[in-house]
Amino acid sequence: MNVAMPGHTTVKSDPVPANFGKPVIEARDLDLTFQTGDGPVHALSKINLTVRQGEFVSFIGPSGCGKTTLLRVIADLEQPTGGAISVNGLSPEAARKARAYGYVFQAPALYPWRTIGKNIALPLEVMGFSAAERQTRIRDNLALVDLAGFENKFPWQLSGGMQQRASIARALSFDPDMLLMDEPFGALDEIVRDHLNEQLLKLWAKTQKTVVFVTHSIPEAVFLSTKIVVMSPRPGRIHEVIDCDLGTDRPLEIRETPEFLAIAARVRDGLRAGHSYD
Amino acid sequence: MTAVTAPRRRLTEGRAVPVATMVLAILVIWYACTIWLNARWQLQVFDRAGQADWTIWQFVAGTFAQDRPVLPAPHQVLVELWNSVAMQDVTSRRSLVYHAWITLSATLLGFVMGTVLGIALAVLIVHNRAVDRSLMPWLIASQTIPILAIAPMIVVVLASIGLTGLVPKSLISTYLSFFPVVVGMVKGFRSPDALQLDLMRTYHSSRGQVFGKLRWPSAMPYLFTSMKVGVAASLVGAIVGELPTGAAGGLGSRLLAGSYYGQTTQIWAALFMAAALSATLIFVIGLVERIVLKRMGVRP
Repeated sequence: MNVAMPGHTTVKSDPVPANFGKPVIEARDLDLTFQTGDGPVHALSKINLTVRQGEFVSFIGPSGCGKTTLLRVIADLEQPTGGAISVNGLSPEAARKARAYGYVFQAPALYPWRTIGKNIALPLEVMGFSAAERQTRIRDNLALVDLAGFENKFPWQLSGGMQQRASIARALSFDPDMLLMDEPFGALDEIVRDHLNEQLLKLWAKTQKTVVFVTHSIPEAVFLSTKIVVMSPRPGRIHEVIDCDLGTDRPLEIRETPEFLAIAARVRDGLRAGHSYD
Repeated sequence: MTAVTAPRRRLTEGRAVPVATMVLAILVIWYACTIWLNARWQLQVFDRAGQADWTIWQFVAGTFAQDRPVLPAPHQVLVELWNSVAMQDVTSRRSLVYHAWITLSATLLGFVMGTVLGIALAVLIVHNRAVDRSLMPWLIASQTIPILAIAPMIVVVLASIGLTGLVPKSLISTYLSFFPVVVGMVKGFRSPDALQLDLMRTYHSSRGQVFGKLRWPSAMPYLFTSMKVGVAASLVGAIVGELPTGAAGGLGSRLLAGSYYGQTTQIWAALFMAAALSATLIFVIGLVERIVLKRMGVRP
């Protein structure tokens, strides 16, 4: 992990953690400028980032810092205007076409005319899985997110939290290497959010997938991540990358421990130094 | 212990009272108009008969019972409807059912062709920017041409190449009914939001898959709305198409014959038949809509 930012002091070059594998996302001097009616908007500037296999990486920062844009560039939903990025050693487009990742949006984006089961089958249908295989995967993935028995319900019959869990099951259904999550719990209340954070951690431990997670909640980022990427706005850039070595067993109570609070304080300092609070 | 009884639904909460009030109001106005519009003729009738001392009741009864009134009274139209619907063999040319069926068959054929054409054009427009830019102005222009002007031309041109009867009328129906379907379905196919489209993109889905799994189901509510407009336009098209063909039958020719011979009651009966037909068609589409949308999990 290299973050070389002129003018910024915090460059932490840590040895590669033994439990994480080869780099799966590598961005070098990534730039993205949107041309808008009000002139160019510099959404991403000189992004350098490495995400290794099996890591849980969070992007945190205020609105407009480019965290969602960066995730969308990884997913090939936006095209960078400069620099280089590889996903699984491929271009983002090739990686998308190879179905390297499952994407979870801010809203569940379940298709309202499909039952929960059929929604989870959507990517499987697109990718040509057999009907029998689809059934197995619907069942397995619903169980994975604790929604067994809801297969034949329509989305509106589920609560917001359950809908978002269904959308996570949908993203996992075709067993991608990576999970890209864009503020998936941003619209949920805190109690549901705590619960889903716990479940997500268990899911991550169970599936060993690489997760890239966008959030604007400091406790959420610290609770979930192995690495926190602190971003700052105008132009959107990486301010600091903070390791978050709280181990794999993280009960909700860990949020009251000094270790947790220390990392949270570092993230907050990072955000402040990046002018996020201006 | 108190018995819990469901509060009795008051009449005013239902639809019966407002509907009945409206019908009553229309009837009153209609009868009043009947008296007023038929008065001149009734006065002439009394004049010719040399009857000078008529009472107001004789006068009113007279305006309600003319053979060729300017405006027939509602009960006259009802009697005419009864005579031409229930009292005739359905295969008879004097049966309104016979004529309604001729019009209905042209309407349905034209409506099906119009809906298919409309959907096909909408698919092209949504998937091809060039088609969108080049076709849409023409489609809109096509609907500004008065149908009454172009319908006889279509009938004449098609008759000259040997096409008569059902097909020319259906084509006029098609011409009128494809347009609301195009407009509605273009909007429907474009109704999926950015999130839903991005999702399909992350799966690397083909355009066909995006269409079949996202755009088509999203467009369903729009389809039924446009079909309701389309089917009514289709009926109008079929009737207009029957005007120039005259003798061939159908509600249109019945209207024309009625106006030739001053049979206003017959015209009104045919008009009511057309309205009933149109209402039935829209009701059937509404029924199909409810069934389809229910199966698509629309929140009841």
